[in-house]
Amino acid sequence: MTEPLERRAILSGVGQSAIGRRLFRDDLDLTCEAALRAIADAGLRPDDIDGIAAYPGPVQGGPGFSGPGIYEVQDALGIEVRWHLSGLEGPGQIMPVIAACFAVAAGLARHVLVYRTVTESTAAADTGRRGIGAGSAEIRGFGAFLIPFGAMSAANWLALYARRHMHEYGTKREHLAAIALTDRRHAALNPAAVYREPLTMEDYFAARMVSDPFCLYDCDVPVDGSTAVVVSTADAAGDLPHPPVRVNAVGTALGKRPVWDQWPDITTMAARDAARHMWSRTELRPADVDTAQLYDGFSFLTLVWLEALGFCGKGESGPFVEGGSRIALGGELPLNTWGGQLSGGRLHGFGFLAEACRQLRGECGERQVPDCEVAVVGVGGGPVGGCMLLTR
Amino acid sequence: MAGFFRPLPALEPLTAPFWRACRAGRLEFLHCPRCSYFVHPPRPICPRCRQGELERRAVSGRGVLYSYTVNHKAWYPGQEVPYVIGLVELAEQEGLRLTTNIVNCPPERLRIGLPVRVVFEVLNDEVALPLFEPAEEGR
Ligand SMILES: [Zn+2]
Repeated sequence: MTEPLERRAILSGVGQSAIGRRLFRDDLDLTCEAALRAIADAGLRPDDIDGIAAYPGPVQGGPGFSGPGIYEVQDALGIEVRWHLSGLEGPGQIMPVIAACFAVAAGLARHVLVYRTVTESTAAADTGRRGIGAGSAEIRGFGAFLIPFGAMSAANWLALYARRHMHEYGTKREHLAAIALTDRRHAALNPAAVYREPLTMEDYFAARMVSDPFCLYDCDVPVDGSTAVVVSTADAAGDLPHPPVRVNAVGTALGKRPVWDQWPDITTMAARDAARHMWSRTELRPADVDTAQLYDGFSFLTLVWLEALGFCGKGESGPFVEGGSRIALGGELPLNTWGGQLSGGRLHGFGFLAEACRQLRGECGERQVPDCEVAVVGVGGGPVGGCMLLTR
Repeated sequence: MAGFFRPLPALEPLTAPFWRACRAGRLEFLHCPRCSYFVHPPRPICPRCRQGELERRAVSGRGVLYSYTVNHKAWYPGQEVPYVIGLVELAEQEGLRLTTNIVNCPPERLRIGLPVRVVFEVLNDEVALPLFEPAEEGR
């Protein structure tokens, strides 16, 4: 195998803003806070940054969804760049991180600042969380075949996937709960997590339904917060204060047919294609992974990622997580050690990336996975998915 | 809280015939005459054989419930809940599915594999939504 080009990239810095409910701060303010922390963490000055990228850029979306665009952030930081990009479509929300790896590998930039910022908690403070398309008279594009039927949230679209998985494989609500409860146990060890008080199986089953089988605790918690990373050329590794986090492989594939309700096997997702692609670019194997940071916008998505990445067989994720001990700290595959989006907050994929970097650097204190050398990050749901394999 | 109501599908050139057929009481999909593939959502060419000149073809309106969820959360002020969102696979082609609502069906009767048939909810002069209700088994 010729060496995959992404191995010419490292993650040299990581930084996060304050993360919380209803911070009532501007998204640009949060982004600058995270960006300056990530740049300092990499041992760099803002003037060293010569690339900038973000998910998703200033697109139409729900209130507080998009965060500031790259032009605003570049301007606020007073930097010049040789490469820049933002966008919504790509291999999961970490798409700009993956793109930045190739930008530094190609020599377009040496140090790329990549960020994801949300203010969905503050944005919904007065209204509560609304559905996609709420308040629109007419729906264009793919939503035209979903939203008029009241399928106005990914919770609805993915509940259909989850129920089918339950039907075909006998997956139970207790298995969804295992993700929520494990995340919460881990969040208790993360001072930056949003929900840290204990969560029991009883609490889980007493919660109100959102879109069955998803109850409140199966759905991630909207927050305000920004996560930034610095993607640098591997040549720079020796000059940096921290041991670098190395990019071993990325997964960016997408199979037929990327339409929510026409996806041929809805017990799988794009995660399946991205994971297969990632493993084709590395000698490492699932058994080499020390911690998995897997998207949990809904608890069910983590189950699908576990299957996609080959930690268990197809349809076997329920029994794999049953009881939670295997995926807890101290188990064979510590999962979402920062609390995930269910308890740590909906940082939209980048919370998993930040945690993977910190675990590999051994900075996680009470929640540190011992001798953590390989971490996998998988983000996205339905026809959206991308993954990265990171090493120390 | 004025201004909240059920969003309607936009009538775009590719999709308008689908909604207008529903308004006329027919469930129709684009169909490829060369490889006999129903193409949904509408596309300008057949994604299987990459030929154009797709035709509109009516289907029986029969299918089975492929998956479902009871939605309990109001997604906009005034929306009535709960309601059932179903994913229906049409009888004519494996994988030809519609996200829809299941109506005239007590929740305890919901199950994957339930035979269903189309009914239309008229929204205005041009648009009706294809909804589904339980069909008698074996009919
Ligand atoms: Zn064809």
